[in-house]
Amino acid sequence: MGFPDLGPLWLTLHLAAATTTILIVIGTPLAWWLAHTPSRAKSAVEAITALPLVLPPTVLGFYLLVFLSPASPIGGLWVSLTGDNLTFSFTGLVIASVLYSLPFTVQPLQGAFEAVGRAPLEAGATLRASPLDTFFTIVVPMASRGYLTATVLTFAHTIGEFGVVLMVGGNIPGQTKVISIAIYEHVETINYADAHILSAILLIFSFLVLLFVYAMNRRFPVHMG
Amino acid sequence: MTELIVDARIAYPNFELDVSHRFGMDGITALFGPSGGGKSTLLRIIAGLEGKAGGRIAFGGEAWLDAGNRIFMPPHRRGVGYVFQDARLFPHLSVEGNLRYAARRSVGIDNRVEMDDVVAALDLRPLLSRRTGALSGGERQRVAIGRTLLTRPRLLLMDEPLAALDVQRKAEILPYIERLPDRFGVPVIYVTHSIDEVARLAQRMVVLAAGKIVADGPVTEVLERLDLQPATGRFEAGVILTAQVVGHDAGFRLTRLDHHGQPIDMPMVDLPIGSGIRFRVRARDVALATVRPTGISVRNILSGTISRIEEEPDTAYAETLVDIGGAKLRARITRAAVADLALAPGTPVFALVKSVAFDRRALVSPAVTVPPES
Repeated sequence: MGFPDLGPLWLTLHLAAATTTILIVIGTPLAWWLAHTPSRAKSAVEAITALPLVLPPTVLGFYLLVFLSPASPIGGLWVSLTGDNLTFSFTGLVIASVLYSLPFTVQPLQGAFEAVGRAPLEAGATLRASPLDTFFTIVVPMASRGYLTATVLTFAHTIGEFGVVLMVGGNIPGQTKVISIAIYEHVETINYADAHILSAILLIFSFLVLLFVYAMNRRFPVHMG
Repeated sequence: MTELIVDARIAYPNFELDVSHRFGMDGITALFGPSGGGKSTLLRIIAGLEGKAGGRIAFGGEAWLDAGNRIFMPPHRRGVGYVFQDARLFPHLSVEGNLRYAARRSVGIDNRVEMDDVVAALDLRPLLSRRTGALSGGERQRVAIGRTLLTRPRLLLMDEPLAALDVQRKAEILPYIERLPDRFGVPVIYVTHSIDEVARLAQRMVVLAAGKIVADGPVTEVLERLDLQPATGRFEAGVILTAQVVGHDAGFRLTRLDHHGQPIDMPMVDLPIGSGIRFRVRARDVALATVRPTGISVRNILSGTISRIEEEPDTAYAETLVDIGGAKLRARITRAAVADLALAPGTPVFALVKSVAFDRRALVSPAVTVPPES
Protein backbone atom coordinates (compact mmCIF):
# COMPACT_ATOMS: atom_id res chain seq x y z
CA MET A 1 0.00 0.00 0.00
CA GLY A 2 1.52 3.30 -1.09
CA PHE A 3 0.70 6.91 -0.36
CA PRO A 4 -2.28 8.16 -2.38
CA ASP A 5 -1.89 10.61 -5.24
CA LEU A 6 -1.98 14.10 -3.69
CA GLY A 7 -2.91 15.77 -6.99
CA PRO A 8 -6.57 16.12 -5.94
CA LEU A 9 -5.49 17.91 -2.77
CA TRP A 10 -3.45 20.55 -4.63
CA LEU A 11 -6.23 20.94 -7.19
CA THR A 12 -8.72 21.48 -4.39
CA LEU A 13 -6.56 24.15 -2.74
CA HIS A 14 -6.06 25.81 -6.10
CA LEU A 15 -9.80 25.83 -6.74
CA ALA A 16 -10.60 27.16 -3.26
CA ALA A 17 -8.00 29.92 -3.53
CA ALA A 18 -9.24 31.01 -6.96
CA THR A 19 -12.88 30.92 -5.87
CA THR A 20 -12.22 32.86 -2.67
CA THR A 21 -10.21 35.54 -4.47
CA ILE A 22 -12.87 36.03 -7.12
CA LEU A 23 -15.68 36.06 -4.57
CA ILE A 24 -14.03 38.64 -2.34
CA VAL A 25 -13.60 40.90 -5.37
CA ILE A 26 -17.15 40.57 -6.69
CA GLY A 27 -18.80 39.93 -3.32
CA THR A 28 -17.56 43.23 -1.86
CA PRO A 29 -19.54 45.56 -4.14
CA LEU A 30 -22.57 43.25 -4.01
CA ALA A 31 -22.50 43.13 -0.20
CA TRP A 32 -21.93 46.91 -0.08
CA TRP A 33 -24.92 47.50 -2.30
CA LEU A 34 -27.09 45.19 -0.20
CA ALA A 35 -25.94 46.88 3.01
CA HIS A 36 -26.74 50.41 1.85
CA THR A 37 -29.36 50.36 -0.87
CA PRO A 38 -32.82 51.73 -0.19
CA SER A 39 -33.93 49.92 -3.38
CA ARG A 40 -36.93 47.60 -3.30
CA ALA A 41 -34.97 45.11 -5.38
CA LYS A 42 -32.86 44.42 -2.31
CA SER A 43 -35.05 41.57 -1.03
CA ALA A 44 -35.06 39.82 -4.40
CA VAL A 45 -31.29 40.09 -4.73
CA GLU A 46 -30.83 38.84 -1.17
CA ALA A 47 -33.05 35.85 -1.91
CA ILE A 48 -31.14 34.99 -5.08
CA THR A 49 -27.84 35.32 -3.25
CA ALA A 50 -29.03 32.93 -0.54
CA LEU A 51 -30.39 30.29 -2.95
CA PRO A 52 -27.23 28.11 -2.87
CA LEU A 53 -27.78 27.70 0.88
CA VAL A 54 -31.03 25.83 0.39
CA LEU A 55 -30.85 24.28 -3.07
CA PRO A 56 -29.53 20.74 -3.27
CA PRO A 57 -26.11 20.95 -4.95
CA THR A 58 -27.41 18.65 -7.66
CA VAL A 59 -30.04 21.20 -8.67
CA LEU A 60 -27.46 23.98 -8.91
CA GLY A 61 -25.11 21.57 -10.69
CA PHE A 62 -27.81 20.55 -13.14
CA TYR A 63 -28.60 24.14 -14.16
CA LEU A 64 -24.93 24.97 -14.43
CA LEU A 65 -24.44 21.93 -16.63
CA VAL A 66 -27.21 23.18 -18.87
CA PHE A 67 -26.00 26.80 -19.02
CA LEU A 68 -22.30 26.05 -19.36
CA SER A 69 -22.60 23.30 -21.99
CA PRO A 70 -21.23 24.12 -25.45
CA ALA A 71 -24.79 23.93 -26.78
CA SER A 72 -25.92 26.87 -24.58
CA PRO A 73 -25.29 30.54 -25.50
CA ILE A 74 -22.82 31.06 -22.62
CA GLY A 75 -20.95 27.79 -23.07
CA GLY A 76 -21.00 28.25 -26.85
CA LEU A 77 -19.57 31.76 -26.60
CA TRP A 78 -16.80 30.45 -24.34
CA VAL A 79 -15.95 27.69 -26.84
CA SER A 80 -15.79 30.18 -29.72
CA LEU A 81 -13.58 32.53 -27.69
CA THR A 82 -11.19 30.03 -26.12
CA GLY A 83 -11.70 26.74 -27.95
CA ASP A 84 -12.29 25.02 -24.61
CA ASN A 85 -15.39 23.58 -23.00
CA LEU A 86 -16.65 25.12 -19.75
CA THR A 87 -18.19 21.88 -18.61
CA PHE A 88 -15.79 19.28 -17.29
CA SER A 89 -12.99 21.87 -17.03
CA PHE A 90 -11.25 23.69 -14.20
CA THR A 91 -12.65 27.03 -15.38
CA GLY A 92 -16.14 25.63 -15.26
CA LEU A 93 -15.48 24.38 -11.75
CA VAL A 94 -14.38 27.85 -10.65
CA ILE A 95 -17.56 29.41 -12.07
CA ALA A 96 -19.67 26.76 -10.35
CA SER A 97 -17.84 27.23 -7.04
CA VAL A 98 -18.23 31.00 -7.19
CA LEU A 99 -21.99 30.66 -7.49
CA TYR A 100 -22.17 27.84 -4.98
CA SER A 101 -20.18 29.73 -2.32
CA LEU A 102 -21.60 33.21 -3.02
CA PRO A 103 -23.70 33.48 0.16
CA PHE A 104 -20.71 32.49 2.30
CA THR A 105 -18.91 35.61 1.09
CA VAL A 106 -21.76 38.06 0.71
CA GLN A 107 -23.62 37.47 3.97
CA PRO A 108 -20.68 38.04 6.38
CA LEU A 109 -19.55 41.07 4.38
CA GLN A 110 -23.03 42.55 4.27
CA GLY A 111 -23.35 42.08 8.02
CA ALA A 112 -19.96 43.70 8.59
CA PHE A 113 -20.77 46.68 6.35
CA GLU A 114 -24.08 47.17 8.11
CA ALA A 115 -22.31 47.09 11.47
CA VAL A 116 -19.81 49.72 10.31
CA GLY A 117 -22.73 51.92 9.29
CA ARG A 118 -22.71 55.34 7.69
CA ALA A 119 -21.19 57.33 10.53
CA PRO A 120 -17.54 56.47 9.71
CA LEU A 121 -18.21 57.26 6.04
CA GLU A 122 -19.37 60.74 6.98
CA ALA A 123 -16.39 61.16 9.27
CA GLY A 124 -14.06 60.14 6.44
CA ALA A 125 -15.71 62.54 4.01
CA THR A 126 -15.26 65.45 6.40
CA LEU A 127 -11.58 64.51 6.74
CA ARG A 128 -11.07 65.06 3.00
CA ALA A 129 -11.11 61.35 2.17
CA SER A 130 -12.84 60.42 -1.09
CA PRO A 131 -15.47 57.65 -0.94
CA LEU A 132 -13.02 55.06 -2.33
CA ASP A 133 -10.30 56.24 0.06
CA THR A 134 -12.78 56.01 2.95
CA PHE A 135 -13.76 52.52 1.88
CA PHE A 136 -10.25 51.10 1.81
CA THR A 137 -8.80 52.98 4.79
CA ILE A 138 -11.77 52.96 7.15
CA VAL A 139 -14.49 50.53 6.13
CA VAL A 140 -12.27 47.56 5.20
CA PRO A 141 -10.22 47.73 8.43
CA MET A 142 -13.37 48.16 10.51
CA ALA A 143 -14.98 45.25 8.65
CA SER A 144 -11.86 43.09 8.92
CA ARG A 145 -13.63 40.48 11.01
CA GLY A 146 -16.28 40.17 8.33
CA TYR A 147 -13.58 39.73 5.69
CA LEU A 148 -11.85 37.07 7.76
CA THR A 149 -15.11 35.20 8.28
CA ALA A 150 -16.05 35.50 4.61
CA THR A 151 -12.64 34.28 3.45
CA VAL A 152 -12.55 31.28 5.77
CA LEU A 153 -16.14 30.22 5.19
CA THR A 154 -15.80 30.56 1.42
CA PHE A 155 -12.50 28.70 1.33
CA ALA A 156 -13.74 25.92 3.59
CA HIS A 157 -17.05 25.60 1.84
CA THR A 158 -15.35 25.33 -1.55
CA ILE A 159 -13.03 22.62 -0.24
CA GLY A 160 -15.98 20.62 1.01
CA GLU A 161 -17.94 20.91 -2.20
CA PHE A 162 -19.02 17.63 -3.82
CA GLY A 163 -22.38 17.53 -5.54
CA VAL A 164 -21.90 20.51 -7.83
CA VAL A 165 -18.45 19.30 -8.83
CA LEU A 166 -19.78 15.89 -9.62
CA MET A 167 -22.45 17.37 -11.90
CA VAL A 168 -20.35 20.02 -13.67
CA GLY A 169 -16.79 18.78 -13.41
CA GLY A 170 -16.86 15.04 -13.49
CA ASN A 171 -13.70 13.28 -12.48
CA ILE A 172 -10.76 14.32 -14.68
CA PRO A 173 -7.39 14.05 -12.92
CA GLY A 174 -5.60 17.41 -12.76
CA GLN A 175 -8.67 19.20 -14.12
CA THR A 176 -11.70 18.47 -12.01
CA LYS A 177 -10.77 15.61 -9.71
CA VAL A 178 -10.89 17.44 -6.37
CA ILE A 179 -10.28 15.81 -3.03
CA SER A 180 -13.91 15.05 -2.20
CA ILE A 181 -14.32 13.31 -5.55
CA ALA A 182 -11.07 11.39 -5.04
CA ILE A 183 -12.25 10.18 -1.61
CA TYR A 184 -15.58 9.16 -3.09
CA GLU A 185 -13.79 7.23 -5.85
CA HIS A 186 -11.49 5.49 -3.34
CA VAL A 187 -14.52 4.41 -1.32
CA GLU A 188 -16.32 3.22 -4.47
CA THR A 189 -13.33 1.08 -5.36
CA ILE A 190 -13.09 -0.15 -1.75
CA ASN A 191 -9.68 1.54 -1.34
CA TYR A 192 -10.36 2.55 2.25
CA ALA A 193 -6.67 3.10 3.06
CA ASP A 194 -6.29 6.00 0.59
CA ALA A 195 -9.73 7.31 1.53
CA HIS A 196 -8.58 7.36 5.15
CA ILE A 197 -5.40 9.29 4.36
CA LEU A 198 -7.09 11.92 2.20
CA SER A 199 -9.93 12.30 4.67
CA ALA A 200 -7.50 12.70 7.55
CA ILE A 201 -5.53 15.32 5.60
CA LEU A 202 -8.73 17.26 4.94
CA LEU A 203 -9.85 16.94 8.55
CA ILE A 204 -6.55 18.14 10.00
CA PHE A 205 -6.20 20.92 7.44
CA SER A 206 -9.72 22.22 8.12
CA PHE A 207 -9.15 22.09 11.86
CA LEU A 208 -5.86 23.99 11.57
CA VAL A 209 -7.43 26.68 9.39
CA LEU A 210 -10.26 27.23 11.85
CA LEU A 211 -7.85 27.15 14.78
CA PHE A 212 -5.76 29.82 13.10
CA VAL A 213 -8.78 32.00 12.50
CA TYR A 214 -10.06 31.79 16.04
CA ALA A 215 -6.57 32.36 17.45
CA MET A 216 -6.12 35.42 15.25
CA ASN A 217 -9.44 36.76 16.36
CA ARG A 218 -8.35 36.33 19.93
CA ARG A 219 -4.94 37.89 19.58
CA PHE A 220 -5.91 40.76 17.32
CA PRO A 221 -9.48 41.55 18.15
CA VAL A 222 -10.99 44.42 16.23
CA HIS A 223 -11.52 47.17 18.75
CA MET A 224 -14.76 48.92 18.27
CA GLY A 225 -15.78 52.12 19.99
CA MET B 1 -14.51 88.87 4.67
CA THR B 2 -15.49 85.48 3.30
CA GLU B 3 -19.14 84.64 3.65
CA LEU B 4 -21.08 81.43 3.72
CA ILE B 5 -24.32 82.03 1.90
CA VAL B 6 -26.98 79.47 2.65
CA ASP B 7 -30.37 79.39 0.99
CA ALA B 8 -31.34 75.79 1.48
CA ARG B 9 -34.26 73.57 2.22
CA ILE B 10 -34.96 69.95 2.88
CA ALA B 11 -38.20 68.08 3.52
CA TYR B 12 -38.69 64.91 5.51
CA PRO B 13 -42.02 63.24 6.26
CA ASN B 14 -42.27 64.90 9.70
CA PHE B 15 -39.94 67.82 9.39
CA GLU B 16 -39.19 70.65 7.04
CA LEU B 17 -36.25 73.02 7.08
CA ASP B 18 -36.11 76.22 5.06
CA VAL B 19 -33.26 78.54 5.85
CA SER B 20 -31.76 81.59 4.23
CA HIS B 21 -28.79 83.23 5.92
CA ARG B 22 -25.38 84.76 5.33
CA PHE B 23 -22.89 83.48 7.87
CA GLY B 24 -20.03 85.84 8.61
CA MET B 25 -16.84 83.80 8.56
CA ASP B 26 -14.92 85.02 11.57
CA GLY B 27 -15.00 83.93 15.19
CA ILE B 28 -17.68 81.60 16.48
CA THR B 29 -21.28 81.72 15.30
CA ALA B 30 -23.69 79.78 17.49
CA LEU B 31 -26.55 77.91 15.88
CA PHE B 32 -28.99 77.82 18.74
CA GLY B 33 -32.47 76.51 19.35
CA PRO B 34 -34.56 73.77 20.90
CA SER B 35 -33.92 70.11 20.14
CA GLY B 36 -35.55 69.06 16.89
CA GLY B 37 -35.43 72.60 15.54
CA GLY B 38 -33.14 71.62 12.66
CA LYS B 39 -29.75 72.83 13.91
CA SER B 40 -27.90 69.62 13.15
CA THR B 41 -29.72 69.18 9.86
CA LEU B 42 -28.62 72.64 8.74
CA LEU B 43 -25.04 71.86 9.74
CA ARG B 44 -25.16 68.59 7.80
CA ILE B 45 -26.53 70.41 4.75
CA ILE B 46 -23.65 72.88 4.92
CA ALA B 47 -21.16 69.99 5.15
CA GLY B 48 -22.77 68.18 2.22
CA LEU B 49 -23.93 65.21 4.29
CA GLU B 50 -27.59 65.60 3.32
CA GLY B 51 -27.77 64.59 -0.31
CA LYS B 52 -31.43 65.52 -0.68
CA ALA B 53 -31.05 69.19 0.23
CA GLY B 54 -32.30 71.70 -2.30
CA GLY B 55 -31.42 75.35 -2.83
CA ARG B 56 -28.02 76.97 -2.89
CA ILE B 57 -24.92 77.16 -0.75
CA ALA B 58 -21.89 79.23 -1.66
CA PHE B 59 -18.69 79.72 0.27
CA GLY B 60 -16.63 82.75 -0.71
CA GLY B 61 -18.03 82.66 -4.24
CA GLU B 62 -17.52 78.90 -4.60
CA ALA B 63 -20.73 76.97 -5.27
CA TRP B 64 -21.14 74.05 -2.89
CA LEU B 65 -24.74 73.44 -3.80
CA ASP B 66 -26.89 74.74 -6.58
CA ALA B 67 -29.70 72.28 -6.95
CA GLY B 68 -31.24 74.16 -9.88
CA ASN B 69 -28.06 73.73 -11.88
CA ARG B 70 -27.39 70.24 -10.57
CA ILE B 71 -24.26 71.34 -8.76
CA PHE B 72 -23.35 69.37 -5.66
CA MET B 73 -19.83 69.49 -4.32
CA PRO B 74 -19.18 66.30 -2.35
CA PRO B 75 -18.26 66.81 1.31
CA HIS B 76 -14.64 65.71 0.96
CA ARG B 77 -13.94 68.57 -1.46
CA ARG B 78 -15.63 71.34 0.52
CA GLY B 79 -12.78 71.74 2.98
CA VAL B 80 -15.08 71.79 5.98
CA GLY B 81 -14.15 70.16 9.25
CA TYR B 82 -16.94 68.53 11.21
CA VAL B 83 -16.86 67.62 14.88
CA PHE B 84 -19.64 65.14 15.55
CA GLN B 85 -21.49 64.86 18.84
CA ASP B 86 -20.24 61.27 19.13
CA ALA B 87 -16.63 62.05 18.07
CA ARG B 88 -16.54 59.22 15.51
CA LEU B 89 -12.89 58.37 16.04
CA PHE B 90 -11.69 55.44 13.99
CA PRO B 91 -11.46 52.40 16.28
CA HIS B 92 -8.79 50.63 14.22
CA LEU B 93 -6.33 53.52 14.60
CA SER B 94 -4.59 54.92 17.67
CA VAL B 95 -5.09 58.53 18.68
CA GLU B 96 -1.99 59.46 16.71
CA GLY B 97 -3.23 57.35 13.79
CA ASN B 98 -6.51 59.29 13.82
CA LEU B 99 -4.64 62.59 13.78
CA ARG B 100 -2.29 61.48 11.02
CA TYR B 101 -5.22 60.24 8.96
CA ALA B 102 -6.44 63.82 8.73
CA ALA B 103 -2.96 65.37 8.38
CA ARG B 104 -1.99 63.12 5.46
CA ARG B 105 -5.03 64.24 3.50
CA SER B 106 -4.42 67.96 3.96
CA VAL B 107 -0.78 68.14 2.85
CA GLY B 108 -0.29 71.11 0.55
CA ILE B 109 -3.31 73.02 1.77
CA ASP B 110 -2.23 76.50 2.73
CA ASN B 111 -3.09 76.94 6.35
CA ARG B 112 -1.23 77.52 9.57
CA VAL B 113 -2.39 74.35 11.32
CA GLU B 114 0.53 72.06 12.22
CA MET B 115 0.50 68.75 14.05
CA ASP B 116 2.70 70.01 16.90
CA ASP B 117 0.51 73.07 17.35
CA VAL B 118 -2.67 71.07 17.52
CA VAL B 119 -1.19 68.52 19.90
CA ALA B 120 0.00 71.34 22.15
CA ALA B 121 -3.18 73.41 21.95
CA LEU B 122 -5.41 70.49 22.93
CA ASP B 123 -2.94 68.79 25.29
CA LEU B 124 -3.00 65.60 23.26
CA ARG B 125 0.63 64.55 23.81
CA PRO B 126 -0.14 62.06 26.63
CA LEU B 127 -2.91 60.48 24.56
CA LEU B 128 -1.06 59.92 21.28
CA SER B 129 -0.25 56.24 21.72
CA ARG B 130 -3.60 55.35 23.29
CA ARG B 131 -6.32 53.32 21.65
CA THR B 132 -9.44 55.38 21.01
CA GLY B 133 -11.58 52.90 22.93
CA ALA B 134 -9.64 53.67 26.11
CA LEU B 135 -10.39 57.42 26.08
CA SER B 136 -12.86 59.25 28.29
CA GLY B 137 -15.65 61.23 26.67
CA GLY B 138 -13.83 64.52 27.09
CA GLU B 139 -10.60 63.10 25.70
CA ARG B 140 -12.43 61.69 22.70
CA GLN B 141 -13.85 65.10 21.85
CA ARG B 142 -10.45 66.75 22.21
CA VAL B 143 -8.97 64.20 19.82
CA ALA B 144 -11.90 64.68 17.44
CA ILE B 145 -11.40 68.45 17.48
CA GLY B 146 -7.66 68.00 16.88
CA ARG B 147 -8.27 65.56 14.05
CA THR B 148 -10.71 67.96 12.42
CA LEU B 149 -8.28 70.89 12.74
CA LEU B 150 -5.60 68.83 11.01
CA THR B 151 -7.72 68.64 7.87
CA ARG B 152 -6.89 72.36 7.70
CA PRO B 153 -10.53 73.27 7.24
CA ARG B 154 -11.76 76.53 5.78
CA LEU B 155 -14.74 76.28 8.07
CA LEU B 156 -15.17 74.28 11.25
CA LEU B 157 -18.62 72.87 11.98
CA MET B 158 -19.25 71.62 15.51
CA ASP B 159 -22.40 69.66 16.24
CA GLU B 160 -23.11 69.79 19.98
CA PRO B 161 -19.62 68.52 20.76
CA LEU B 162 -20.21 68.82 24.50
CA ALA B 163 -23.74 67.41 24.66
CA ALA B 164 -22.62 63.97 25.80
CA LEU B 165 -20.29 65.27 28.52
CA ASP B 166 -20.93 66.06 32.17
CA VAL B 167 -20.55 69.58 33.58
CA GLN B 168 -16.99 68.96 34.73
CA ARG B 169 -15.80 67.74 31.30
CA LYS B 170 -17.64 70.56 29.57
CA ALA B 171 -15.78 73.09 31.67
CA GLU B 172 -12.51 71.37 30.74
CA ILE B 173 -13.09 71.56 26.99
CA LEU B 174 -14.74 74.97 26.65
CA PRO B 175 -11.45 76.91 26.90
CA TYR B 176 -9.98 74.84 24.06
CA ILE B 177 -12.93 75.57 21.79
CA GLU B 178 -12.96 79.23 22.76
CA ARG B 179 -9.40 79.71 21.48
CA LEU B 180 -9.83 77.93 18.14
CA PRO B 181 -10.68 80.89 15.89
CA ASP B 182 -7.82 83.06 17.14
CA ARG B 183 -5.22 80.35 17.38
CA PHE B 184 -5.92 78.56 14.10
CA GLY B 185 -7.64 81.26 12.08
CA VAL B 186 -10.66 79.11 11.33
CA PRO B 187 -14.25 80.31 11.58
CA VAL B 188 -16.60 78.09 13.57
CA ILE B 189 -20.31 77.37 13.35
CA TYR B 190 -21.25 75.84 16.68
CA VAL B 191 -24.52 74.00 17.20
CA THR B 192 -25.86 73.90 20.72
CA HIS B 193 -29.08 74.00 22.69
CA SER B 194 -27.27 75.36 25.72
CA ILE B 195 -27.48 79.12 26.19
CA ASP B 196 -24.50 78.87 28.55
CA GLU B 197 -22.32 77.66 25.72
CA VAL B 198 -23.61 80.39 23.41
CA ALA B 199 -22.84 83.05 26.00
CA ARG B 200 -19.42 81.61 26.68
CA LEU B 201 -18.23 80.99 23.14
CA ALA B 202 -20.05 82.90 20.46
CA GLN B 203 -19.99 86.43 19.14
CA ARG B 204 -22.97 85.96 16.83
CA MET B 205 -25.93 83.65 17.02
CA VAL B 206 -28.62 82.29 14.77
CA VAL B 207 -31.75 80.99 16.47
CA LEU B 208 -33.44 78.11 14.70
CA ALA B 209 -36.85 76.73 15.66
CA ALA B 210 -39.12 74.37 13.73
CA GLY B 211 -36.83 74.53 10.70
CA LYS B 212 -36.85 78.32 10.41
CA ILE B 213 -34.52 81.09 11.52
CA VAL B 214 -36.35 83.17 14.12
CA ALA B 215 -33.54 85.53 15.09
CA ASP B 216 -29.93 86.30 14.31
CA GLY B 217 -27.33 88.89 15.19
CA PRO B 218 -24.74 89.65 17.87
CA VAL B 219 -25.27 87.39 20.90
CA THR B 220 -25.72 90.33 23.25
CA GLU B 221 -28.48 91.81 21.11
CA VAL B 222 -30.32 88.57 20.43
CA LEU B 223 -30.33 87.68 24.13
CA GLU B 224 -31.87 91.06 24.98
CA ARG B 225 -34.87 90.38 22.78
CA LEU B 226 -37.95 89.59 24.80
CA ASP B 227 -39.92 87.96 21.98
CA LEU B 228 -37.83 84.82 21.68
CA GLN B 229 -39.18 82.94 24.70
CA PRO B 230 -40.59 80.03 22.71
CA ALA B 231 -37.26 79.49 20.99
CA THR B 232 -34.83 80.17 23.80
CA GLY B 233 -36.78 78.72 26.68
CA ARG B 234 -37.98 80.90 29.57
CA PHE B 235 -35.57 79.66 32.21
CA GLU B 236 -32.65 80.22 29.90
CA ALA B 237 -33.46 83.86 29.21
CA GLY B 238 -30.77 86.34 30.16
CA VAL B 239 -28.23 88.80 28.86
CA ILE B 240 -24.48 89.03 28.62
CA LEU B 241 -22.62 91.82 30.34
CA THR B 242 -19.04 92.85 29.76
CA ALA B 243 -17.21 94.50 32.64
CA GLN B 244 -13.73 95.20 33.96
CA VAL B 245 -12.01 93.64 36.94
CA VAL B 246 -11.10 96.45 39.34
CA GLY B 247 -10.22 94.59 42.52
CA HIS B 248 -10.26 91.41 44.56
CA ASP B 249 -11.32 90.91 48.15
CA ALA B 250 -9.27 87.93 49.28
CA GLY B 251 -10.93 87.82 52.70
CA PHE B 252 -14.50 87.50 51.40
CA ARG B 253 -13.41 85.75 48.20
CA LEU B 254 -15.07 88.33 45.97
CA THR B 255 -14.05 90.06 42.77
CA ARG B 256 -15.17 93.64 42.24
CA LEU B 257 -16.12 94.60 38.69
CA ASP B 258 -16.82 97.94 37.11
CA HIS B 259 -19.71 97.99 34.69
CA HIS B 260 -19.92 101.41 33.05
CA GLY B 261 -19.42 103.14 36.40
CA GLN B 262 -21.57 100.79 38.49
CA PRO B 263 -19.93 98.20 40.77
CA ILE B 264 -20.71 94.51 40.55
CA ASP B 265 -19.40 91.89 43.00
CA MET B 266 -19.08 88.27 42.00
CA PRO B 267 -17.44 85.23 43.58
CA MET B 268 -13.71 85.52 43.03
CA VAL B 269 -12.41 84.83 39.53
CA ASP B 270 -8.77 84.31 38.75
CA LEU B 271 -8.20 87.29 36.46
CA PRO B 272 -5.76 90.18 36.83
CA ILE B 273 -7.03 93.66 37.63
CA GLY B 274 -7.81 95.59 34.46
CA SER B 275 -8.84 92.56 32.42
CA GLY B 276 -12.24 92.33 30.77
CA ILE B 277 -14.79 89.74 31.72
CA ARG B 278 -17.93 88.48 30.03
CA PHE B 279 -20.69 86.93 32.04
CA ARG B 280 -24.32 86.10 31.79
CA VAL B 281 -27.10 87.31 34.02
CA ARG B 282 -30.26 85.26 33.85
CA ALA B 283 -33.56 87.12 33.80
CA ARG B 284 -34.91 85.10 36.71
CA ASP B 285 -31.95 86.11 38.89
CA VAL B 286 -32.82 89.81 38.60
CA ALA B 287 -35.30 91.57 40.90
CA LEU B 288 -36.50 95.16 40.57
CA ALA B 289 -37.11 97.87 43.15
CA THR B 290 -38.34 101.44 42.71
CA VAL B 291 -36.32 102.71 45.69
CA ARG B 292 -32.77 101.74 46.59
CA PRO B 293 -33.25 98.99 49.18
CA THR B 294 -31.23 98.91 52.37
CA GLY B 295 -30.67 96.16 54.89
CA ILE B 296 -30.62 93.54 52.18
CA SER B 297 -28.19 90.73 51.45
CA VAL B 298 -28.16 91.32 47.71
CA ARG B 299 -24.74 92.75 46.84
CA ASN B 300 -25.45 94.22 43.45
CA ILE B 301 -27.88 97.09 43.11
CA LEU B 302 -27.70 98.68 39.67
CA SER B 303 -29.64 101.78 38.83
CA GLY B 304 -31.34 102.06 35.48
CA THR B 305 -34.58 102.72 33.68
CA ILE B 306 -37.14 100.35 32.27
CA SER B 307 -37.02 100.34 28.51
CA ARG B 308 -39.55 97.61 27.74
CA ILE B 309 -42.12 95.44 29.43
CA GLU B 310 -43.61 92.36 27.88
CA GLU B 311 -46.42 90.78 29.86
CA GLU B 312 -47.11 87.15 29.07
CA PRO B 313 -50.85 86.72 28.73
CA ASP B 314 -52.48 83.96 30.79
CA THR B 315 -49.39 83.57 32.96
CA ALA B 316 -48.12 85.17 36.12
CA TYR B 317 -45.02 86.50 34.39
CA ALA B 318 -43.68 89.60 32.73
CA GLU B 319 -40.32 90.11 31.03
CA THR B 320 -38.72 93.49 31.45
CA LEU B 321 -35.69 95.09 29.88
CA VAL B 322 -33.77 97.54 32.06
CA ASP B 323 -31.22 99.96 30.64
CA ILE B 324 -28.40 100.11 33.19
CA GLY B 325 -26.14 102.32 31.11
CA GLY B 326 -23.94 100.66 28.52
CA ALA B 327 -26.03 97.51 28.53
CA LYS B 328 -29.47 96.16 29.23
CA LEU B 329 -30.55 93.66 31.86
CA ARG B 330 -33.48 91.33 31.54
CA ALA B 331 -35.60 90.84 34.61
CA ARG B 332 -38.30 88.23 34.89
CA ILE B 333 -40.89 89.35 37.41
CA THR B 334 -44.59 88.82 38.05
CA ARG B 335 -47.30 90.81 36.34
CA ALA B 336 -48.57 91.59 39.82
CA ALA B 337 -45.26 93.31 40.62
CA VAL B 338 -45.53 95.35 37.44
CA ALA B 339 -48.95 96.55 38.56
CA ASP B 340 -48.05 97.13 42.23
CA LEU B 341 -44.93 99.14 41.40
CA ALA B 342 -46.63 100.87 38.47
CA LEU B 343 -43.75 99.95 36.21
CA ALA B 344 -43.72 101.33 32.70
CA PRO B 345 -41.13 102.21 30.10
CA GLY B 346 -39.10 105.12 31.45
CA THR B 347 -39.62 104.23 35.14
CA PRO B 348 -36.34 104.56 37.05
CA VAL B 349 -35.61 101.30 38.88
CA PHE B 350 -32.91 99.49 40.78
CA ALA B 351 -31.98 96.07 39.44
CA LEU B 352 -30.99 93.62 42.18
CA VAL B 353 -28.67 90.72 41.37
CA LYS B 354 -27.37 88.33 44.00
CA SER B 355 -23.63 87.75 43.66
CA VAL B 356 -24.39 84.09 44.20
CA ALA B 357 -26.19 84.09 40.85
CA PHE B 358 -22.82 84.44 39.14
CA ASP B 359 -21.41 81.39 40.82
CA ARG B 360 -21.29 79.26 37.72
CA ARG B 361 -17.86 79.02 36.20
CA ALA B 362 -19.20 78.08 32.81
CA LEU B 363 -20.90 81.43 32.52
CA VAL B 364 -17.77 83.43 33.04
CA SER B 365 -15.05 84.02 30.54
CA PRO B 366 -12.25 86.49 29.99
CA ALA B 367 -13.44 88.94 27.40
CA VAL B 368 -10.92 88.06 24.71
CA THR B 369 -13.07 89.15 21.82
CA VAL B 370 -15.53 91.64 23.15
CA PRO B 371 -18.20 92.72 20.73
CA PRO B 372 -19.00 96.42 21.04
CA GLU B 373 -21.74 96.96 23.55
CA SER B 374 -24.75 98.69 22.15
